[in-house]
Amino acid sequence: MRLELKDLHVHYGKIEAIKGISVVVNQGEIVTLIGANGAGKTTTLKTISGLRKVSSGQILFDGQDISTVPAHERVDLGISQAPEGRGIFPGMTVLENLEMGKFNRKDRKSEMDEDLDKVYTLFPRLKERASQAGGTLSGGEQQMLAIGRALMARPKVLLLDEPSMGLAPQMIANIFRIITEINKTGVTILLVEQNAQQALQRAHRAYILETGNVVKEAKASDLLNDPAVREAYLGTGAH
Amino acid sequence: MINLRDKGAEFWERSNRPVRVLTVFAIMAVVAALPYAGNTFLQTPVAAFDAVLVYPMGMFILMALGLNVVVGKSGMLDLGYVAFFAVGAYTMAILGTRTGLNTWEIMPIGIAAAMFAGVLLAIPTLRLRGDYLAIVTLGFGEIVRVSALNTEAIGGALGIAGVPFPPGLGFEYQLLDQKYFYWTILVMILLVIWVIRRLTVRRPGRAWESIRQDEDAAELMGVSTYKYKIWAFVFGAAIGGGAGVFYASRSMVIAPDNFTLNTSILILACVVFGGMGNIWGVIVGATILGYLPDRFRFLSDARLLLFGLVLVVFMNLRPEGILPRKKREKAIVKKGSGASL
Repeated sequence: MRLELKDLHVHYGKIEAIKGISVVVNQGEIVTLIGANGAGKTTTLKTISGLRKVSSGQILFDGQDISTVPAHERVDLGISQAPEGRGIFPGMTVLENLEMGKFNRKDRKSEMDEDLDKVYTLFPRLKERASQAGGTLSGGEQQMLAIGRALMARPKVLLLDEPSMGLAPQMIANIFRIITEINKTGVTILLVEQNAQQALQRAHRAYILETGNVVKEAKASDLLNDPAVREAYLGTGAH
Repeated sequence: MINLRDKGAEFWERSNRPVRVLTVFAIMAVVAALPYAGNTFLQTPVAAFDAVLVYPMGMFILMALGLNVVVGKSGMLDLGYVAFFAVGAYTMAILGTRTGLNTWEIMPIGIAAAMFAGVLLAIPTLRLRGDYLAIVTLGFGEIVRVSALNTEAIGGALGIAGVPFPPGLGFEYQLLDQKYFYWTILVMILLVIWVIRRLTVRRPGRAWESIRQDEDAAELMGVSTYKYKIWAFVFGAAIGGGAGVFYASRSMVIAPDNFTLNTSILILACVVFGGMGNIWGVIVGATILGYLPDRFRFLSDARLLLFGLVLVVFMNLRPEGILPRKKREKAIVKKGSGASL
């Protein structure tokens, strides 16, 4: 698995939201895109999953340009997303939500059970809530469901859009711990975050986005110790 | 207020197979016997009760079931549904008066024509969502009506007269005693219910449900939202077209005036009034809204006032319709709101 964005441009109408970024995600990595509001993080993820159209540039997945493949077919290639704002189906039960994650897979019952078990092991809370409506879950539980649902498709790369959004600190730590755990099972992760501290601690490499451009690419641990980065994104710069 | 839907579902859950079969047969018997209830308090003052059972009531139920697939199940607001009804009706009227084909032979042609109209409308419009889709569909409904109005070859404003009745199947369809029409439409309704229920528990049903709840998320799950939206549209159109064929064949005369925006709105009202997304609710809604105006016809124009009043009062008492969809679907998730555990 190798995901590569090559000189990617994306427009909303006439406004250029992504201005030619190049990003590489290698097998087994956790790569994070950090940056302020409006930097283009979410747009980048949506373009990879196919919800936004590419204006120019390429999205290479295992060397093949997938920028014209419709979104619903990219799931079959192995790209799953837990969207911004969680995007769970509020009227479906937790179990039905998870089953939706397999919509295109013609898995046998045993494979379904196996994947359910995996998700329930990662998120025991979801098992307790299996027959409860998704819309009645707490924010943290919904985030677990969004991630669990994305895993049901057996992705090669998992795209996570602000999993910490709107969650209490304790739940944020919990979600990030689980993200590392998922990564250890061999799933490559591309993580978009505003919570740069947590993201940099968990990621191998990071890209910093500013108004549609990549302004820095480095090992996550280096960025954690970079005074300029600390100043701009971690709010703990030298005074 | 008590939730009638849940009470019904509870009863169904508790019952064993014989009780269920018995219940279904009892309800069917009562419904089928309705044409004989004409001399009771149900009697409609001006139109004959058996005729009212066929149109508007039966027709409304059929159309509301079709529109419910589009609006209630898939969440696409269609304000031009009458167009498909019109296409079916005109197909019947044209072929019925100019060829030797009978109603049953025209039925599949009318349905196919309506489906084709559905595809024509769906392909350019289904990239739109919400209000925009509503406006475009509204326009489509009007285009079909105005085209009929201005095409002399299909009668223009006068429409087409002399549309033949369906050939009897061991009995004769009659104008003055419409119970055979009524029973035929009952069979059509049952058929539609059966098909919708089959689809709902399968992939199309789940796809429509996910599209209604969150279209982007559905796409991310691998649901080809465009394809399934077209299917919902075309399926709804097929039911509208089938209803139209039967309507023309029963009414003998059709004219563009039968297919105004009003009808689209009324059918949508049936769906919303009864309970969007729940076929039993939709049936109840269409039954009531089809029946009331005729029951109170002696009030002359004031009946419409009363009709409006009933709508307003009921929608306040039961904002989700008389028989709303499953309770757990009511919860609405607020995206990313507030910190929570």
